[in-house]
Formats: sequence, structure tokens, C-alpha cells
Amino acid sequence: MPLLLRRFVHLVVVLFLVTLFVALLTAMLPGDPVDAIAGFASPEQKEQLRENLGLDDPVYVQYARWIGDFVTGDLGGYYSVTGERPVMDRVRDSLPVSLQLMVYAQVLALVIAIPAGVLTAYRAGSKADKAANATAFGMLAIPNFALALVLAYYVGVQFGWLPVSGYVKPSEDLVEHLRRMALPAISLAVGQVAVYMRLLRSDMIATLQEDFITMAKSKGVSPRRVLWRHALRPSSLTLLTVAGLNVGTLIGGAVIIEVIFSMPGIGTLLFEAIQARQYIALQSLVAIIAVGYVLVNFLVDILYAVLDPRIRHARS
Amino acid sequence: MPEADPLDPFDSGAVNPTSTMEPVDIAVPTETRAARVGRARRARLGIPGMMAIAWLAFVTLAALLAPILPLDDPNDNVAAIVKAPPGTDGHLLGGDGLGRDLLSRMVWGGRASLLLGVASVLLGLLLGGLLGLVAGYFRGKTDTVLSGGFDTLLSFPQLILALTLVTVFASQEGTSETRRMVVLILALGVVSVPVLARITRANTLVWTQREFVQAARALGARNRQIMFGEVLPNVLPAMFSIALLGVAVVIVAEGGLSLLGVGVQLPTPSWGNILSEGRSELRDAPHIVLVPTVVIFLTVLALNYLGDVVRAHFDVRESAL
Repeated sequence: MPLLLRRFVHLVVVLFLVTLFVALLTAMLPGDPVDAIAGFASPEQKEQLRENLGLDDPVYVQYARWIGDFVTGDLGGYYSVTGERPVMDRVRDSLPVSLQLMVYAQVLALVIAIPAGVLTAYRAGSKADKAANATAFGMLAIPNFALALVLAYYVGVQFGWLPVSGYVKPSEDLVEHLRRMALPAISLAVGQVAVYMRLLRSDMIATLQEDFITMAKSKGVSPRRVLWRHALRPSSLTLLTVAGLNVGTLIGGAVIIEVIFSMPGIGTLLFEAIQARQYIALQSLVAIIAVGYVLVNFLVDILYAVLDPRIRHARS
Repeated sequence: MPEADPLDPFDSGAVNPTSTMEPVDIAVPTETRAARVGRARRARLGIPGMMAIAWLAFVTLAALLAPILPLDDPNDNVAAIVKAPPGTDGHLLGGDGLGRDLLSRMVWGGRASLLLGVASVLLGLLLGGLLGLVAGYFRGKTDTVLSGGFDTLLSFPQLILALTLVTVFASQEGTSETRRMVVLILALGVVSVPVLARITRANTLVWTQREFVQAARALGARNRQIMFGEVLPNVLPAMFSIALLGVAVVIVAEGGLSLLGVGVQLPTPSWGNILSEGRSELRDAPHIVLVPTVVIFLTVLALNYLGDVVRAHFDVRESAL
């Protein structure tokens, strides 16, 4: 089977299993799911709800209905005494916030990590390399939420340099938007910088051993050109994969960071859903996150094969 | 061939024991010998390693001895030490937002955090180790099915999976503290299964090819004997080094879950929920956040460092050739 097709089959299977798990979450609630979803409701309302949600249907019927709703943008509702409000309304505004945060964090991490990785590899064993490695090792041990709180305190509260909460759309005020995004993005990026830097450094050291690098050097190509033009691209494949896979870590981190900085993203919605025990909303939010993550990984996988001909041929 | 394992979220980009893509320092130009000496030196504990062990021993002992240590009750509210800074008469780490002694809460919190870390990783080790061993040893269809399972589990963002499981199974009104703890252990254990399974599998694949395993097979040893007697002991170091990182990951994850309201349930303190509670007092009493932050940081640092030492010491990659 050609690589693309195999990857695609894999994608479909994983998507099926992931959505199956999410779709059955309500059925897994301990006790009567209806009590958990809308404990305040009257018996008649509960009966109605049970029917609407189809909780008595066979599993495959429940799954089919859930997936049908999900792909058509019906994400269920928030249940409260005053009635039901669609989850989709809030997701529409929140999704861009979370995506922006993750993109900023990822870009920031790569912008710092790539030069740092290349230079430490070039100067492997030097004092600067050792210092950078020790720093990276320390950075790995700081939980991003702890860093977020420390930054919020020192940069935000003590010195008042940057706002520590809220969100402004880039279309409204770009500068303010970036100012509000700065601390959350930095908190998320620091751990990633360490991961990427160490990874790129070790791959880069391996590449610098290769014959074509020696060749380039002996032809008199400048060290800078050797590093950035000849060595970086073949060394960046693992980095690319891990950057893709790290989206999972990033999502988990972003959820917490959003809550800390009161950013109205998917993470905050998730937090509110947990607090208010809105299980239907929780289900839809988890589904969005999980499906998004699976798709990102699929794309990275494809990109990886496209970039490295060796993989394309070896696997197929 | 051992596989590179970029999927491994516990592998924080450090040296991956099973990766073929990581020549690390042996490949540094012109210093092959020096690097080898460097590795030998690094493989020993050294002063930082001693400090790491000392810190972990200190934290563990404090947690174990919490009931007999001369500490205040972790849930006693004393008006006089509400938000008191560290060093206030007799309260080494000060008081928290509700006037509870922070030192006492940290010590008791260590019990919950460490119990959670160790128990869930042990669960992951048992289950993931066994499945990984089976997959790597038998290969073929068994491997395809099991590896497919690991991949699927990993295709869920780890924290979100744990969060979902805890919310669904232990966030209802009236969930007892014990139930929450058990569900947390199970959830974080489930999350660590595929990670540990993949590491075990990759190493098992390599060791199963070795001559002594072939010899054992030729001598008529049974599969079970070979798996547990010949292969497992050689795979253990790799599992152990990842398990150390795993404990660190779980401790951090508990902090994250606490901030989202589904960590260890109050009033039982944990490092995560102390930090989470301190969030609302950040302006007036930053020490409530800083104390658990520093403790978590040091613990994670120590565990990561020891994980690296174990890995370097057994140098799985080289001995696998």
C-alpha cells in the first residue's frame, strides 16, 4: 500500500476510536447520566432529556447520532435552570483565541530554539554549550503553570509591565492583543524551547559528522553557510515531528494557561464545563481537542514523508 | 532495529534510549575519547546526583513521617497566620490564605503528590511493561494489534485524557476524597501505559535478537521463561529511567489538574492544590504559590536528572548493538 493510503487508513481508524470513546462518555457517567447532566430538572424534564439524548438507545445508535451532530456543528447544550444554550455559540469565539495562543507559543519556541540548537551544536562541548544545556535542563523542570503564576506575579503585579488577564482581538487593537498574549505565550514556550533546542542540537551534531559537510567545508564554504544551508535542513526532521507531536502537550498546557490568565479560549470553556458539571459541553470540547490533535499529527506525518525522501522510500 | 520514539511525551527531548537518531556526545568531532570519558563520568552519580537523591529522600521521608513529625494540623485555621509570610514565629513557611500552616500542608501534600506519582507510574509499569514485553517478544500480529492500541491511546492529548477520565468518574457532587484519589491514580496510570509500553517494546525487540536469547530458545526454554528470565532483566533499566521521568510528569500533571479543579480533592492537601489555592492570593501572599513551585521544580529536576543518569549508566543504545 502506498504510504499516503496507509496513513489515511490509520487516521480513519484512530479518529473512529477517539470519537467512539468521547461519544460514550455520557453513558459512562456513574449513576444515572441524566442526574449528572441536569440534576436540577424535574422528573418530566429529565425524561424528556433522556429521550432527546437517546440515552436508552443501543451504543451504535448513540454513536451514529453523536457523530452526525458533531460533524454538522451541533455540539449539544449547556443545561441550566433557565434552559439550554448551544455550546457551539461559545466555541465559535473561543477557538481562535486558543489557536492564536498555541501558534504564538510554538513560533516563539522555535525562533529561540533553532538558533540556540544550531549554535550549541556548532560549539558542542564549549562552556556556552554546557551553560545552554544546563539552562535547558532546568527549564524542562519548570511546570508551565508555575512559570505562568511566577511571571504573572513579577512581570504583571510587581512591575506592572504587562497585563495579566483578558484578551483583545487582533482586529481591535493589535498592540494590546500582543501585550495580552505575551505572558501566556512565554509561559507555554519556555518548556518547548528546552525540548526543541536539545533535540536539534543532537541531530545537528550527527549531521555535522557527515561526509557532505566535510566536503562543503573543504570546498571553502563559510561555517555560517555550512550550518544554516547544508546542515540545518537534514537535521530538522526530528524537530519537525516532535514539534507536531508536542501540539498535544501544548494543548494540555494551553488549557491551564488560559485559565490562569483568564483568556476566553477552549481551555477556559473546558474549565467552566468542569466547574459547572456540564458534561455534554465537556464531551464536545474534548472531542474538538482530540480530533484537532489527531489531524495535526496526521499532517505532520505526511509532511515528514514529503520532506525526507528516505522515509518515503523506506516505508513504502 | 530499535525505533526512534518521538511519540514519547515522557521523553522531554532528552537522550532517548531507543533512538537511532541520537548520537549525542560520542559523535562530537575530534573528541571521541574525551566524550567517552565524559560519558563514563556522567554515568556516575556525581555531586548533582547525590543532591538529587538527598532531596528526594528528604521529601519522601518527610511525607512518610508526616503523622509523627511535630507539625501543626494541616487543616487547622489560625487567624493570626492568614497569609503570614515565611518565618513568622514558629511557622517556617508561613501561613496560607485560610491561616493554615504552609509547612505542614507541604509535608502532608507531599504524601498525596508522591503517592499519586509513584502509584500511577507503577500501574503504568506493570500494565505497559507487560504489554510492551509481549508485543516486542512475539512481534507479528500480536505486535500490530498492541502497538495500534498504544498509538491510539497516545493520539489523545495526555492531560486532556486524564482530565476527562477524572471529570467523568470522580467530579460528581459528593465524590469522596478516596474515590477521587483512586480515580486519579487509575487515570494517570492509564495515561502512562502506552508510553511505558512503547519503551519496553522497543527495547524488547532489540534484546530478543541477542545470542543468549537464541541460545535459551535453542535449549528449549519456554517463552515465558525467556521473556521474564532473559529479556525483562535487560529491559528493566530503560523502563526504570522512563519511570523516574514518569513520576515527575505525574506530579506536574496533578498540579495542572488541580488548577482545573480536578486534582487531589480538598481539604486533603497536595502540592498541586496548594499551588492552585494560592493563585487567588497571588497579589498579597505570593509565597503560597512560590513554595510549592520551588518544591515541585526541585523534585522534577531531581527525578529528571536521575532518569538521565540511569539511562547513561546502562547506556541502552550501545549495549543493544
